Amino acid sequence: MAKRKTPGLNTSSMADISFLLLTFFLLTSSINTDMGIARRLPPPLPPNTEIPDVRERNIFVVKINSKDRILFNGEVGDVSLLKDRAKEFLGNPKDDPNLPEKEMVYIEGFKSEYPVSKGVISLQNDRGTSYDMYFRVQNELAAAINEMRNELSNAKFNKGYADITEKQRDAIDQAIPIAISEAEPTKIGGNK
Amino acid sequence: MARFTGKKAKETPGLNMGSMSDIIFMLLFFFMVITTMRESTLFVKITPPQGTEVSKLEKKSLVSYINIGAPIPQYQAKYGTEPIIQLNDQIAEVSDIAQFVELERAARPEPDRPFLTMAIKADQTAKMGMISDIKQELRGAGAFKIFYNARKGVADQK
Repeated sequence: MAKRKTPGLNTSSMADISFLLLTFFLLTSSINTDMGIARRLPPPLPPNTEIPDVRERNIFVVKINSKDRILFNGEVGDVSLLKDRAKEFLGNPKDDPNLPEKEMVYIEGFKSEYPVSKGVISLQNDRGTSYDMYFRVQNELAAAINEMRNELSNAKFNKGYADITEKQRDAIDQAIPIAISEAEPTKIGGNK
Repeated sequence: MARFTGKKAKETPGLNMGSMSDIIFMLLFFFMVITTMRESTLFVKITPPQGTEVSKLEKKSLVSYINIGAPIPQYQAKYGTEPIIQLNDQIAEVSDIAQFVELERAARPEPDRPFLTMAIKADQTAKMGMISDIKQELRGAGAFKIFYNARKGVADQK
């Protein structure tokens, strides 16, 4: 007896089924990537640690009050000026004695020593400061650091900071650290 | 010329639908791979602040979110209109953060735990008092990697 031929499967509904699944995934997926600024918090200090003495020239104080007004080193300022002030402070291109000291540090990635600034930006805000203002200040400080890193990367490797290898990036990060210190907030705007 | 006459008008041949399902499957797999399910519904409304220096958040599986914002209208009767904290599916207090960090850590495989990032997703109207408290709690709990969520764009001048 001849073998009976198996009838072909009707696959026309296959497309419908996969369409259904496709629409489901289309609707439930969200491609939105989270954007933002990454930061590291300092570990908590063990009790009775001595607070290191930092010279006044090495600190740049940025204060934000409960009305979102900004003070740089005691003078009234605006967010739009912050980036240039921070760059001038951290870079200290003319070795001004009022701006931060530098320390020669051997950096593996450069195979040489590089003057790393000892400057620290101290950021203090009030409990009543809005998150929007705080974020803008963080953003401007990040912009200052990113620009400086980019400039150094261009000078050392002839490439922008975004295009260099991870090792080179580590070297740049070592040469220009994120030196932002955050103080405990004040409570002038109420204890919210 | 007999070849060209005496024949009926040609019928359009039906399209071959055989490869249709393959194409659809390809699309399907693409969306299946890139998709991330929404884990929790937000009870709070969040408009993150804008910034120019924002970067992408890497490794989503190692991120836990702390949402801060004013409750959405349905929940305003219950929670008021001031910004509140939402952790996963619940409204929480600042004091719950340490426990939340522990739980989130425990949910990750051991070698990944030190890389857990806490993303602070706060509304731009939130006050720094609350955010500073959260940061102190995170420091206490040993979660040092944080991330401020934002939108890309130039913030409008006040």
